[in-house]
Amino acid sequence: MKTVEFYHLLKNCGIDFFSGVPCTLLEGLIAMASLDSKVIYVPAVREDVAVAVASGAYLGGRYSCVFMQNSGLGNCLNVLASLNLIYKIPVCLVISWRGFKGKDAPEHLIMGRSTKKLLQDIRIPATVLSKKYLETQTLSLVEKMKKNNIPVALLLRKGILV
Amino acid sequence: MTRLEAIKIIAKHLKTKEATIIANGMISREMFAVMDGEFNFYMLGSMGMASSIGLGLALSKPNIKVVVLDGDGNLLMSFGVLANIVDAKIKNFLHIVLDNEAYESTGRQDSVTRTIDLAKIARSCGYKRVYKVSSPNILSKIIKKLILEKTLSFLLVKVGAKGKTFNLPRISSSPEAIKERFIRFLR
Repeated sequence: MKTVEFYHLLKNCGIDFFSGVPCTLLEGLIAMASLDSKVIYVPAVREDVAVAVASGAYLGGRYSCVFMQNSGLGNCLNVLASLNLIYKIPVCLVISWRGFKGKDAPEHLIMGRSTKKLLQDIRIPATVLSKKYLETQTLSLVEKMKKNNIPVALLLRKGILV
Repeated sequence: MTRLEAIKIIAKHLKTKEATIIANGMISREMFAVMDGEFNFYMLGSMGMASSIGLGLALSKPNIKVVVLDGDGNLLMSFGVLANIVDAKIKNFLHIVLDNEAYESTGRQDSVTRTIDLAKIARSCGYKRVYKVSSPNILSKIIKKLILEKTLSFLLVKVGAKGKTFNLPRISSSPEAIKERFIRFLR
């Protein structure tokens, strides 16, 4: 799927507020959100700030998407565990997966092998996006997010979006 | 002026039309005891995040005033958010920081606002109106003014060490109930 198609897929799910901290794998999505006059994009100073800002947007009536590299997931554990998961504030996390299958620079290897388990441990439903089923995976997880008012995570590997 | 005295003055002037995000710890518990209402969003945890939540809300609802009742320890933990707040160019935001130079809920350990001045920092970041107060009368005058203004404002309230509030009830609502009530208020 093209990056622009995925971006519109997210918007068609009712998402019109975005925040995040960049990753090269998310460059295209961030560029689109920040240039789109129909949405709000907050270039957050830290990943937990992005999640909290998105949570404020939810209180204000919007659905949000937060972009981050998996290295930033650790920075959000407190806000996810003591805000989103207990107050039941939904947010769609699009997390780029560095260190996938142990092939990457050293700083990515530990989070690369731990990302899925961390999400599982704190009970955030997560899907590893595949080229073939990306659309149904996204629609299904965003629906779960809205139905249960919980954070969900779409894991994006290199090469999935073109 | 104790923190509780400051909260009583602030509560008196919030006209119950202002959506208020309140930092975790004694600040939330004291506000709950002084003036509970559906306009209050109490943080039970996620220290440091109150002002970020306020930012997201203020951006989503530009026609309401958002008040953040923050603490010094809270703000220090997430300092960078001051830059996000100013960069967003919002006008419907009043950022109040109750600064007792301590982490009270955990045993009153010192915080580093004993050395640094958060008002100077807010001013350097670019908040349009910045005030630093320590007297109840001046707090009353300034808060009355700032509630009505449509400007990004920062109010540092220095409060004293005396007067730990005893018999302070814990917040009786569940986090989900706090959220539901707040969302209903905003609709």
